[in-house]
Amino acid sequence: MSLDIQVKPAEAGSKVLPPEVIKIRNLDFSYGESQALFDISMDVYEKEVTAFIGPSGCGKSTFLRCFNRMNDLIDIAKIKSGTIKISDVDIYDEEIDVIELRKHVGMVFQKSNPFPKSIYDNIAYGMRIQGIKKSSELDSTVESCLKSAALWGEVKDRLNESALGLSGGQQQRLCIARALAVKPKILLMDEPCSALDPIATAKVEELIHELKKNYTIVVVTHNMQQAARVSDRTAFFYLGRLIEYGPTEQIFMNPENSQTEAYVSGRFG
Amino acid sequence: MKRYFHKELNDLKNKLILLGEKSNEIARLAMDGLLENDIEKVNKAAGMDDYLDDLEQEISYACIRYISLRAPVSSDLRLIFVALKASRDFERIGDEAHSITRKSSKILINDGKLSEQFNLQEMSNLACQLIKDAISCFVEEDLEKAFAVLKKDREIDTINQKHFELISDISMQEKISDPTRFNTLLISKSIERMGDHAKNIAREVIFLLSKE
Repeated sequence: MSLDIQVKPAEAGSKVLPPEVIKIRNLDFSYGESQALFDISMDVYEKEVTAFIGPSGCGKSTFLRCFNRMNDLIDIAKIKSGTIKISDVDIYDEEIDVIELRKHVGMVFQKSNPFPKSIYDNIAYGMRIQGIKKSSELDSTVESCLKSAALWGEVKDRLNESALGLSGGQQQRLCIARALAVKPKILLMDEPCSALDPIATAKVEELIHELKKNYTIVVVTHNMQQAARVSDRTAFFYLGRLIEYGPTEQIFMNPENSQTEAYVSGRFG
Repeated sequence: MKRYFHKELNDLKNKLILLGEKSNEIARLAMDGLLENDIEKVNKAAGMDDYLDDLEQEISYACIRYISLRAPVSSDLRLIFVALKASRDFERIGDEAHSITRKSSKILINDGKLSEQFNLQEMSNLACQLIKDAISCFVEEDLEKAFAVLKKDREIDTINQKHFELISDISMQEKISDPTRFNTLLISKSIERMGDHAKNIAREVIFLLSKE
């Protein structure tokens, strides 16, 4: 089953919305007996940044990890009902190749996790696994990914040095560059700046803003100001339920739900 | 480090400058229409007020949006507050100009003759210059010019006071009401209010530049 993402153009006469890339319908998810997500339905739009916000334990990271089936790695994790489609392909279909899925849906984690290898090898790793051996092709992809991740200028003269010698912010951008190397269409980011200082955070936010020209990005963040700054749409989760989802402007300026209002204005809890 | 959303602040600045220029234009047109006995100019000025109102609304929305989504602090936050307050003043200049057009229409329909005792031409020149200076002290970030606006406004107040005394004296002597004279006094008051708004804007610029 192919996961080539070819999104359909918006229907004529419809409201000018980008095409949906991820469609989630009536999703129920549980860890063993404990249900973590309840009846979630929403669409994620192409080349937009979608932010998931909500208090700890609300299910936003669990939900994010459903998009590239990272939850499969947890034995007791299970989708009880509902569907997740990426480009109209049900990603929980038995025929889906999960490795292939994860190439299309890259992920960046809270804590940067570069391989204990050189900067160059970190980027080239995924391509080598795919069988790409030609050094000119590897060189050009490494360069373009590092440029896309706004890191090239800082590391171009030390590509063979260990990635572990980079600062926290640089390591995080390296991980983003590494995710880009296998040419994903969607990037998932799970609190990508929570371990970074304000300057490194600003650089990653700038990067997210640049990357959305070519990628669909879903970001989980505890930092509401960050969600307001970087995202086009925001979804607020509470106790495993999607409380409100809409344009970020609406969520932060005029939310419809009183719980959303309380959360974004800091009156929650 | 320049952030991608800082462009939104530049857009906001440009919109505020545009509003300022339009408010100056409407003030100039309204007064020229009266002084040159040109009803076309009066009508043109009257038609511009809605545009100013819309622009002021746009600026207010952009300010609230920026506060909500960008969490500005320090000079960025001061700029937002200045934009909110100054845009209100520019819009009020438009309202005063619109009020002048209503009175001007009545004067021009009746006989169109203004008493030479009223110094509306000088008053109008001063007010328009003041609005212009209020815009340029914001654009050029010129603190000295902003303080000069505060001083110049007093000249307009003085002329308006003279007009008021003149009308009082004439009314006491003639004991008859003259609508043209009464409307002229109201126009004088509107011009004086325009000067006050320009002064308010200059004060905002002083706050923006001196942080006080």
